[in-house]
Amino acid sequence: MTIEQIFREEYGRVVASLARRFGDLDVAEDAAAEALLVALERWPAHGVPPNPGGWLTTTAGNKALDRIRRERKRDAKHQAALMINDDTPHEPTGIVADDRLRLIFTCCHPALAPEARVALTLRLLGGLTVAEIAAAFLVPETTMAQRITRAKAKIKGANIPFRVPSATDLSDRLGAVLAVVYLVFNEGYLSSSAAEPLRDELTDEAIRLGRMLRTLLPDEPEIAGLLALMLLTDARRPTRVSGGELVPLHEQDRGAWDRELIGEGHALVRECLARNRPGQYQLLAAINAVHTDAPTAAATDWGQIATLYSHLQAIAPSPLVALNRAIAVAELDGPEVALAEVDRLPLTSYHPWHATRADLLRRLGRSAEAREAYGAAIAATANAAERAYLTRRRDQLGS
Amino acid sequence: MTQYFLSVHHDEAGAAAMAELTEADMQRMFTQVGAFNTRLQAEGAWLFAGGLMPIEQSTCVDATGERPIVTDGPFSESKEYLGGFWIIEAADLDAALAWAAEGSRACEGKVEVRPFQSE
Repeated sequence: MTIEQIFREEYGRVVASLARRFGDLDVAEDAAAEALLVALERWPAHGVPPNPGGWLTTTAGNKALDRIRRERKRDAKHQAALMINDDTPHEPTGIVADDRLRLIFTCCHPALAPEARVALTLRLLGGLTVAEIAAAFLVPETTMAQRITRAKAKIKGANIPFRVPSATDLSDRLGAVLAVVYLVFNEGYLSSSAAEPLRDELTDEAIRLGRMLRTLLPDEPEIAGLLALMLLTDARRPTRVSGGELVPLHEQDRGAWDRELIGEGHALVRECLARNRPGQYQLLAAINAVHTDAPTAAATDWGQIATLYSHLQAIAPSPLVALNRAIAVAELDGPEVALAEVDRLPLTSYHPWHATRADLLRRLGRSAEAREAYGAAIAATANAAERAYLTRRRDQLGS
Repeated sequence: MTQYFLSVHHDEAGAAAMAELTEADMQRMFTQVGAFNTRLQAEGAWLFAGGLMPIEQSTCVDATGERPIVTDGPFSESKEYLGGFWIIEAADLDAALAWAAEGSRACEGKVEVRPFQSE
């Protein structure tokens, strides 16, 4: 591993531990960056220490103390931090893991704007640079920098605590955390960027955060559900784009799916079933388990998928869920029944709605309407691979 | 500890509902808010609180110029205006939000939570 890789790996831990100790995100981040500089200077000459994470945390802690002494700020928190004699050993579990959990719940506090939650989580726990986060969400770097600065100022000024919420609040707050992780994953899986259809670094980061959450809160079934959902989706990544064109599920080469990820995802879904406390991520994971279970597209158990979408519609109703259920209905009851359902949905600005309609109209032989629907879908997406696929389908239509 | 300003805002949308409040409604809210205030005091979170007279009774003073100019009416012509507030002390934002939730239930209106500058 290069120093940069080690640092990236340890960044969240170092920042989380310093944030707990000093109660100040800026101090934590600056000290972590200073520790990296020392490492870059020392490690190539003296070798990487046996516990690089512990070394970085200790060095960063000393840097933070130095800085506070130098600045002689009268801030009560900083004064208090000077007095704390923190000898917490750096271990991958236990209190340090709790620090990261504290930090992720702080980043996803409901008092922060949703877009700020995503940015802060990627910055502080993922160690992504502001430029990287800005690029991922297609906003100018200055906008993203402001968003992060404002969120950090609110955490400090409003005194948002570095804390895992109490058991009674946990499920509410956890929802925000999981939503952030899933958002990061989705941005990686079907990028809104015109240049790159897939953003591996974002899907990988989301899975890493998901694994971390699962280690930290092993008894939360929705965490297992989200992790399973991401793994089962990610398992299909190698077959998802071919020749710059998006490949839909039923056309993918199932032999090239990542069996290891699928195995892990299926085990998590079974664990969720045994717990029997279904939630939306668990149901989405179960749907993906059915897809990845089928040896061929034709062998897909569409009845089960439609049932799972109905359960999902009952606990988390949305037109999007209804759209996906209609796709399963098309396989069970035919495209005409499905089209009637799809046409009722208020999703005219959503490109998968147009793409679904286009496909159903094509299957019904209504070519002119299908062509129009493909056109609307193409206009509504910026993703180049998706545009390429939709364009080919449109151009294949007979007149 | 951080000091927080919990404010209750009224707006035109709520004005119609307020006009329809009966004596019994008002009494219920007074009782609820009274009980909430007592809890704040008992737990040491209370610093100050007050309900404000209607916005029509506001007067504005501007002494940034040579001599003070006094005008009738509020500073801003916005549809929303401050109706009342609590100033509390709480360990952190979560604690303040818990108080705000209780205050909102008591006064049957939305409560905004804003920290004071620390020094």
